Amino acid sequence: MVTKTYAQINEKIKNGVAVVVTAEEVLDIIEEKGIEGATEYVDVVTTATFGPMCSSGAFLNLGHSDPAIRMEKVKLNNVNAYAGLAAVDAYIGATQESDDRGYEYGGAHVICDLIDGKQVHLQATGKGTDCYPRKSIDTYITKDSINEAYIYNPRNCYQNYNAAINTSSKRLFTYMGILNPNSSVVTYSTSGQLSPLLNDPLYRTIGIGTRIFIGGGVGYVAWKGTQFKSGVERDEKDLPQVPAGTLALVGDLKQMSTKYIQPAVFERYGTSMFVGIGIPIPILDENIMRHVAVKDEDIFTNVVDYSVFEGPKPVLARVSYKDLRSGEIEVQGKRVRTAPLSSLHKAREIAGELKAWIEKGEFFIQEPVDQFQTDCTLNGLKIVKKEG
Amino acid sequence: MKQKLLLTFPAEATGHTITYELITKYQLEVNILRASIDFNAQGFLLIEVIGDISSRKEALDFLLENNVEVREINAAILINEEKCINCGACTAACTVGALYMDNNWCLSFDNEKCLDCKTCVVACPKRAIEAVL
Repeated sequence: MVTKTYAQINEKIKNGVAVVVTAEEVLDIIEEKGIEGATEYVDVVTTATFGPMCSSGAFLNLGHSDPAIRMEKVKLNNVNAYAGLAAVDAYIGATQESDDRGYEYGGAHVICDLIDGKQVHLQATGKGTDCYPRKSIDTYITKDSINEAYIYNPRNCYQNYNAAINTSSKRLFTYMGILNPNSSVVTYSTSGQLSPLLNDPLYRTIGIGTRIFIGGGVGYVAWKGTQFKSGVERDEKDLPQVPAGTLALVGDLKQMSTKYIQPAVFERYGTSMFVGIGIPIPILDENIMRHVAVKDEDIFTNVVDYSVFEGPKPVLARVSYKDLRSGEIEVQGKRVRTAPLSSLHKAREIAGELKAWIEKGEFFIQEPVDQFQTDCTLNGLKIVKKEG
Repeated sequence: MKQKLLLTFPAEATGHTITYELITKYQLEVNILRASIDFNAQGFLLIEVIGDISSRKEALDFLLENNVEVREINAAILINEEKCINCGACTAACTVGALYMDNNWCLSFDNEKCLDCKTCVVACPKRAIEAVL
């Protein structure tokens, strides 16, 4: 059995001799050399995704004015930021809509304007205190004029999300795109065989502290993502059969580029954000190689009816990502068109970019400081009476 | 040959039976795709015409003589390639398959299939698709 350590792989990266391939390229290598040979040959496999992720935002420290203000309400280009924190800290959420332009301009647009180096209009108010006497401020900021600015993504990289269909006679406007009526289309959002958590289904190398590519800069896995539900049924390849793990990610906004992070607008739904993520997987042993050998044809997901609003949404079909990528699937005896929502083209670009960083010795593999559990469950929200 | 034309009518031309003449006098097959007239009595007409070159040329002169502005429409939508990230959300909305993903997962557009429904314009999360009309 071939084994490698993080230190050995990083030594190879430092010396410029590490073999780095993307999660798609590795498939041909496995085909040619087999699992054992591929494990020996390949050191790092890069994975990536570029999908819309509503659970995104950024922490900003806006700096102290003279005299100082304790900001209680903060607006950035007319978008509310949460300021129930220390005096000049705020969190701008991607989906927050502007007062004047609604969801056509929201928090995601503010974040991307900051990344682009644009001036952003800051308006803030506070009640005034003995230590922070100023009651209002109206000024302009840029990413260079403020202090810390980092993206904090409470949830990203959903492991095996559902595909969506609409059996009703009405067109639906959803975060899964526009779903035309009468089961005329199925939408899906995944980079499939290139997706980070589908290449490391049991979270062996992706854990707290894993160094990643985020929005064109370097970041880290901060925590398990929200709605992390690892304790689900899995197949013989350890792939979850339903939506499972997620990641909370953090990264320096000032390093990012809007080539890899962009605002999104979903009609009659709201603002969201495309966040480009790349995660390297060190090939420590053959089991890890077996996991990165995953192909679109191995990954199965549920086609869920979004026209059902009460109770669990019915599952109308179970299909592989290869079927979804073919452009047409069968749902209850009917041929239905499929359409993606996450850019595979961009994900490939990111996997290639991260590969180039590692090959150039600019990016090293960080061993997680803690690992995620594989038995996490998920609670719904019940409407109950106050106890006692 | 088939051609899509956008005719813009000044107020003084809106009362004339221009479409009737295109059909009877110039032997053109005319399919009206869209028509509108505003409160100033100015209007536009989007038509698809089929006819031989010489009659189409004569018809064009006739339209110009009547102060009707004529613009050939090659596509009902314009895709801003700088903004497009090739996500594919517009292909979900396009029921006729005019918008589709190519083998490299980049967006492609088949103008012939487009019905000018404009659903893609609102379906695009990047607001990268613009309606020409």
